[in-house]
Amino acid sequence: MILRRLLHLIPVLLGVTVITFLMMSATPGDPAEIMLAGQNASAEQVASLRRDMGLDQPAAVRFVHFIGHALEGDFGQSLFQRRPVASVIGERLPATIELSVAALLIALLVAVPLGVLAGVYRHGVVDRLATIGSLLGVSMPGFWFGILLLILFAVRLRWLPVSGEIDFSAMPPRVTGFLLIDAMLAGRWRSFVDTLRHLVLPAITLALPMAAVLTAVVRASMQDVLRRPFVSFARAKGVPEWRVLVRHALRNAMLPVVSVAALETGSLLGGNMIVETVFGWPGLGRLVVESIFQRNYPLVQAAVLLYAVTYVLINLAADLLYMALNPRVRP
Amino acid sequence: MSFPFAMAGVVAFVLIAVFAPWLAPHDPAAADLFRRLQPPFWLEGGDLSYPLGCDALGRDILSRLIFGARVSIFIGIVVVALATLIGVLAGLAAGYFGSWVDTVISGLVDILLGFPYLIFAIGLMAMMGPGIGNIVLVLAYKEWVIPSRVVRGETLAAREMDYVEAARSLGASSIFILLREILPNIITPVIVVATLRIAQVIILEASLSFLGLGVQPPTPSWGAMVADGRSFMLDAWWVSTFPGLAIMLLVLAINLAGQSLRHGFDPRSTT
Repeated sequence: MILRRLLHLIPVLLGVTVITFLMMSATPGDPAEIMLAGQNASAEQVASLRRDMGLDQPAAVRFVHFIGHALEGDFGQSLFQRRPVASVIGERLPATIELSVAALLIALLVAVPLGVLAGVYRHGVVDRLATIGSLLGVSMPGFWFGILLLILFAVRLRWLPVSGEIDFSAMPPRVTGFLLIDAMLAGRWRSFVDTLRHLVLPAITLALPMAAVLTAVVRASMQDVLRRPFVSFARAKGVPEWRVLVRHALRNAMLPVVSVAALETGSLLGGNMIVETVFGWPGLGRLVVESIFQRNYPLVQAAVLLYAVTYVLINLAADLLYMALNPRVRP
Repeated sequence: MSFPFAMAGVVAFVLIAVFAPWLAPHDPAAADLFRRLQPPFWLEGGDLSYPLGCDALGRDILSRLIFGARVSIFIGIVVVALATLIGVLAGLAAGYFGSWVDTVISGLVDILLGFPYLIFAIGLMAMMGPGIGNIVLVLAYKEWVIPSRVVRGETLAAREMDYVEAARSLGASSIFILLREILPNIITPVIVVATLRIAQVIILEASLSFLGLGVQPPTPSWGAMVADGRSFMLDAWWVSTFPGLAIMLLVLAINLAGQSLRHGFDPRSTT
């Protein structure tokens, strides 16, 4: 079963790679010319740079090269940074992971309690608020919500910083690249708090659509489970109500949440680009947006591939988790 | 219950879009540097003839919002219509014929599902270049997957139904069975999904335009207007705030209408 899912991944990932490659090689604009723009470069200089970067080869040859090297973890040279793509991406990745994990935690911490309360007290105040809130959440464009938060908390109230990941002066020595961890390792409380202060607004912005969808799912799932016979049975047996809710209802209600949460990580990965752009967060999302405008093919290719692979793997993990949680679909 | 309100909201937006040239108080492209970043009328320095204030080029924000509705609604409807047409055909074929047809179509669907939506759209927009026509194509390339999955599932179930068997034994052709027997029976969830997807497509278009990959100036687009206002967050909050509000209200109205549709069509749903 698991093996079959893993085998199924191969054509999907290959297809994703082909499409990514086609996208990038069909993109108009020549990186060699863009790199040398404004430097009065002669035609020969442009041609020699192009040869240097391997851009004079036909697309099919470049694709085979790309796959061959990618399998060895080599994604080529980033055209702008003039360094291996893998190391440029590796540098930016911790900031993005930190932001995404924070957003995921916020989304779950908001959605699960809110959804459960709304599901248990149907038509109550919390239920109404949760319903309205999740409807607003899915209807609000993330970039706008982020700007509103900035105007309110950073510009008007001046409680939180406007952009960036940390104050330059508070930067801890780089060990893992994850600033919160590095700050703890260095024992610098000030760096830790400063990073958190920078993290709050982008993480909330990124969490919003996911929190909205998950709240609605938890609520519906909880309402559904509470109508099932096993819940009535547990109650009739005299199991205390909180135990019925937590042990019997919530555990079963979380099943659809697992699948939906995995699908919604797609909005998290895509949202990264928007949120990092709005908040000047030095992560992978912003790097990709910049690289698109610079026609930095190898980098965009590797990053899109990384996003797609992550997304596919997260959904695979969610399916496996679903099987582990739900004995009925176990093979 | 909220359906009439939601529908009224949607209709209002559509009417605004259709009659934009008659409703807008000013030319949306007319710049007036004397009115640069003029605040909305209720703030000091505001002026009732420019009720929501002006942007960095002194253009009337209200007029730009009214014209911006055209772009959002047009793209939302055209993308979803195109995607639904393709998705229904692909889903019917995959669900009904099975075997290699299903393998090819479902394989393509799986590959496209491997991309997070926005990342796919951003990558493809970079390739095709900005512009309304390209946005429609790029979003439709991925959007059709959603109706196609719905239709495939429903077709798989419908294929085994007695009415299909009956039609088949009467010698009806596959095309006839698919379009005249199965399609009418499975169209309801397709319509509900399509309605809700329009809302998401509008947000996607706004996101692309916000990043500078979508609708290009001078065409007013809500997403691009929010992006324009970013640089003036400090002293002119209204430039970003109103276009974002417009996106939210339109998307909210469509979502509400779509949800009520779903509950109306599905007697099993309780809320």
